[in-house]
Amino acid sequence: MTCTVNGVPRTADDVWEGESLLYVLRERLGLPGSKNACEQGECGSCTVYLDGTAVCSCLVAAGQAVGREVVTVEGLSGGPDAEPGPVQRAFLAAGAVQCGFCTPGLIVAVDDLLSRNPHPTDPQIREALAGNLCRCTGYEKIMEAVRLAAGGQA
Amino acid sequence: MMDFLTPVTWADALAVKADRPEAVPVAGGTDVMVELNFHRRRPAALLDLTRVPELAAWGRDGDVLRVGAGVSYTRLIEELGGLLPGLAAASRTVGSPQIRNRGTLGGNLGSASPAGDGHPPLLAAGAVVELASVRGTREVPVADFFTGPKRSVLAPDELIAAVLVAPADGPEQFAKIGTRNAMVIAVSSFALALHPGRRSVGTGIGSAAPTPRRAPEAEEFAAAHLPWDGPGPLDPDLARRFGELVSAAAAPIDDVRGTAAYRRHSLSVLARRTLTWAWEELCE
Amino acid sequence: MTTIPFTEPLGTAGSCAFSVAGTTENAQDIESLAGAAPAGPARIADRVRRSGQVAQVRPADATRPTAQVRVGARPTGLDVRVGGGVGSSPQRPDGRLKVSGEFAFSSDLWADDMLWGATLRSPYPRAKLTGLDLTAAVALPGVYAVLTAQDVPGRRVYGLEHADQPVLAGTEIRYQGEPIAIVAADHPETARRAASLIKADYEVLAPVTDPDAALLPGSDRVHADRPNLLRHVPIRKGDPAATAPVVVTGEYQVGMQDQAFLGPESGLAVPAEDGGVDLYIATQWLHVDQQQVAACLGLPQEKVRLTLAGVGGAFGAREDLSMQVHACLLALRTGRPVKMVYGREESFFGHVHRHPARLRYEHGADRDGRLVYVKASIVLDGGAYASSTGAVVANAATLGIGPYDVPNVVMDAYGLYTNNPPCGAMRGFGAVQACFAYESQMDRLAAAVGLDPVEVRLRNALTTGDRMPTGQLVEGPAPVAELLRLVRERPQAPAGADFPPGGTANTTRGEGVVRGVGYAIGIKNVCFSEGFDDFATARVRLELVGGRPAALVHTAAAEVGQGLVTVQAQIVRTELGVEQVTIAPADTSVGSAGSSSASRQTYMTGGAVRAACLALRARLAARLTALGRAPSTSDNDKKGPFLSAEEWVGALEAGALEETVEWRHRPTHALDPETGQGDAHVQYAFAAHRATVDVDVELGLVKVVEIATAQDVGKAVNPQAVAGQIQGGTAQGLGLALMEEIQVVDGMVRNPSFTDYLLPTIMDMPPMRLDVLELADPHSPYGLRGVGEPPTISSTPAVVAAIRAATGAALTRVPVRPEHIVGA
Repeated sequence: MTCTVNGVPRTADDVWEGESLLYVLRERLGLPGSKNACEQGECGSCTVYLDGTAVCSCLVAAGQAVGREVVTVEGLSGGPDAEPGPVQRAFLAAGAVQCGFCTPGLIVAVDDLLSRNPHPTDPQIREALAGNLCRCTGYEKIMEAVRLAAGGQA
Repeated sequence: MMDFLTPVTWADALAVKADRPEAVPVAGGTDVMVELNFHRRRPAALLDLTRVPELAAWGRDGDVLRVGAGVSYTRLIEELGGLLPGLAAASRTVGSPQIRNRGTLGGNLGSASPAGDGHPPLLAAGAVVELASVRGTREVPVADFFTGPKRSVLAPDELIAAVLVAPADGPEQFAKIGTRNAMVIAVSSFALALHPGRRSVGTGIGSAAPTPRRAPEAEEFAAAHLPWDGPGPLDPDLARRFGELVSAAAAPIDDVRGTAAYRRHSLSVLARRTLTWAWEELCE
Repeated sequence: MTTIPFTEPLGTAGSCAFSVAGTTENAQDIESLAGAAPAGPARIADRVRRSGQVAQVRPADATRPTAQVRVGARPTGLDVRVGGGVGSSPQRPDGRLKVSGEFAFSSDLWADDMLWGATLRSPYPRAKLTGLDLTAAVALPGVYAVLTAQDVPGRRVYGLEHADQPVLAGTEIRYQGEPIAIVAADHPETARRAASLIKADYEVLAPVTDPDAALLPGSDRVHADRPNLLRHVPIRKGDPAATAPVVVTGEYQVGMQDQAFLGPESGLAVPAEDGGVDLYIATQWLHVDQQQVAACLGLPQEKVRLTLAGVGGAFGAREDLSMQVHACLLALRTGRPVKMVYGREESFFGHVHRHPARLRYEHGADRDGRLVYVKASIVLDGGAYASSTGAVVANAATLGIGPYDVPNVVMDAYGLYTNNPPCGAMRGFGAVQACFAYESQMDRLAAAVGLDPVEVRLRNALTTGDRMPTGQLVEGPAPVAELLRLVRERPQAPAGADFPPGGTANTTRGEGVVRGVGYAIGIKNVCFSEGFDDFATARVRLELVGGRPAALVHTAAAEVGQGLVTVQAQIVRTELGVEQVTIAPADTSVGSAGSSSASRQTYMTGGAVRAACLALRARLAARLTALGRAPSTSDNDKKGPFLSAEEWVGALEAGALEETVEWRHRPTHALDPETGQGDAHVQYAFAAHRATVDVDVELGLVKVVEIATAQDVGKAVNPQAVAGQIQGGTAQGLGLALMEEIQVVDGMVRNPSFTDYLLPTIMDMPPMRLDVLELADPHSPYGLRGVGEPPTISSTPAVVAAIRAATGAALTRVPVRPEHIVGA
């Protein structure tokens, strides 16, 4: 299957049709940034952009991504030697990363939120991130990180 | 081996489904992909509906709105929130933003879960499901669509094309019980639509019976007793009786999410409250 | 007491942004890291990524295909330019990799040529396995191995306290999900399919599921060769027949909570040329895994080398083995690397859970609310295998009356076997269950004597110089009263909330919503107990890199998200003033650091790192003295860097210096088997919570509006990380209060998924207000107190107390369900 991932056309061979986009990204395209905490759409750790919309990649069948544009957390990083983007810097500065397993999905979800609502209120932040579970932080520092990123102070 | 079928027009999709009735349609994947990821289903073929543009469209069709089965919950909220407030309110309670971006009304109907959040508002609004196959199209009132838990009248060669529903002509409400504040499968849910023009009331109960269902006695009671002529505050006894009738219309079970007794109780409260709010809105 | 010089002002909680050092400057670090790498040829792929990665190329053995392990797939050194020492909050060194998605968790590992493993598990909680037919599985194309119990070459059982758990089931099945067979195949789907093609014959038996019944003499035995009673810890203090004018009794239940770490059980086993195996694994204790794996493989420990892969949370669930032996068996059998990753559903069966508990308490007090006696019986259902049940029972018993001074105590805590899912360590470890009971009792007592809940606690608060029910003296600060006052005095939460109960589900516009406030305080032990010989090992190496001193810290301590890697570097920074610190991947080539559990790692591994640094200081000073150049400032009088730039060059020119220290805390002692008396614990830690909730009393829905907490951490080594631990632990306590339970009926799990095992979302968690005390423990490094567990303990009862305040419902069971609140 072929699709554009992080701006680059990518082809994965021998893809089994029942595979999820998450599996293709992680195991065939060498992009393990998106995570596999539940594989049923309940945790958000697999969040990616599909044609500009934030989705759970575990719920996208590989065939459904053919010819489409996917952006993963690796794509939001601008490459291995690039400076982290504002959302990522905010997460680091606020101490919002502990084990880090939820972090990639959150980075994409927060990026999505701020692109649509650059100055969200706290309730808006919570409703927008309700689909991203974190087991380590209790979400307080994640809220701080989003406020930091929205305030342009990261 | 599993085939992945990707029609790009509605006609193609129907032809494929007729040819491969065992193919499982997938759009948002929020139900089907879970079953695949958890190895519960290994269909011989998946029928991808995300490339059929007709399904993602909605528009007016005379007096009703025709909402394509592929319209996502996010779009229902953003584009149809004014016209179908009950459905939009229900959509807002579905899963997470990521789920709402992909999940569709058609998918909800196709899965026919008694807990589907989209079902009660469609019942309350008296919506009709448009089913299509190469043999033609037919329209089935939502109330007749479900036949049992996760079962519907959908024939093996049929696909859900659209939902036909009139824009709200009165206040609509939806409320859902969950044991946490987000991302829950309903323990019970209730939808309400007031039609002051024809002095009728529509209801929909979710997650409290083998299928989503209406509460006909409650509807009749409300229709007969609401003070349509001189809208004034709602008599609390009326609201409470309405709640009791809604509760009595349910046939819930005990399961991991809740007990039957709680489901009945919660429905009586939700029905009472939503009627009160809808009536307040009408009086404004 | 030695004065510890600091190079940073104390108590600053700022965070600093740092750029991570470039790859080229790490050349020598890389060499030394290469020295620390596991044996065996491994050619790492050419793609060099960002700084902090090890780009290590060694000649491949041309005669034999080698495993090609991808960069990012191998755990890497974490390079740090730490500006902050102890008491500051530098950014974590693995943070860059985590926010860019490049950090290699155990489920991200990958090797060319690798196979995937899958496990066949029993669908029944109790059965005899009477037959296994592997034919169809073996015949499936793409399958390379199908193994059962008889393929285990070494010891066939393992376990943390008792080796009672089979690697693969023999003839006895003791819990739903017990592993029976394992498969290696070239695709995970093939492996799974092959496992499902194995024909297993079962003689299904009635499971032992009721803990009280399991203790009766006539009960079926879960293990034929031993009684169902696994451990009984009695404690007798004072007069067992004491009486009191006010008596309050209660029976409480705590449901089975799950650790629900997000990173699934996973790892990669790579067979080695020497006939051994290299295992890359997410775990909490590398060495205890190594011991068990080696024993089961029938290999000497030096041939079983473990390296920590990125851990996606642990919370106790990774203390026991999951797929470690399985992956190694398959790798050794097939001669190829084998990766195993559990899905979420399998994960619910793949690790131990928190012990569900039944707790019966009787509190006797005088009319002023002063406790005269507490009698308690705690029954902990350990499920099918022992895991760490014995220690959990001792914790529940010794901490079971709470942080209160009570002259007379009769406590009996029991841990037992059933055919329910195996239970073991989960953050809080027995103290959580007891705290729900004793704090519920304290509120009942308050009502009985007409006092407010905080006042009755203040009147009984433990303080320095008191004795625990075990007779152990409470040494050092014990600010129980102060913590309670702090949460009480914090201004009440403002009226209103971001969401009503029900969130956005439109269940109320304020109808039926009542606000309630509840308080609780808890006690936890820190470190291992009862005479366990616990220690941590740290190797610290100093050398010149580019003319400047660089430190390498190498321990086997598991970073599980808590920030241990940050703290290790902070300690080096403080003790040696070295800016460039590399944290080597944790592996078994250095001595054990002990478990990342019991809130012990900053204390123990921190203590070991500090001790190694102090030893290095002595050696540096000796070198300089031998060169005729004594250090410019005296050791105990530090305000600036330990050595000047010139002194560093002088001291290290001759070559690197390295110290490896095995560090211990003061010894603890066993509990007397009849009376439970003994100085069993290393350190106590205290936290208090105040919860404010809005309850829709008609629907029984709850929104926690605010949680205030106060905790004494002794010394906040990294204030930002301390806050993170407090907030995260509180969230787990809220989860237990309101929504988290593995529902087990007849030994079967009814909700093994995140759809129905509910974790708090960001909409369930409220804003939190923290008060952090730093009252130094005289015996611990920097005076610190373990941080991770106390927040999980008093949070649950505070939330429940708040709901009771709003509703008047008795609520004797957690998690609280809407049905309990409305009485439906």
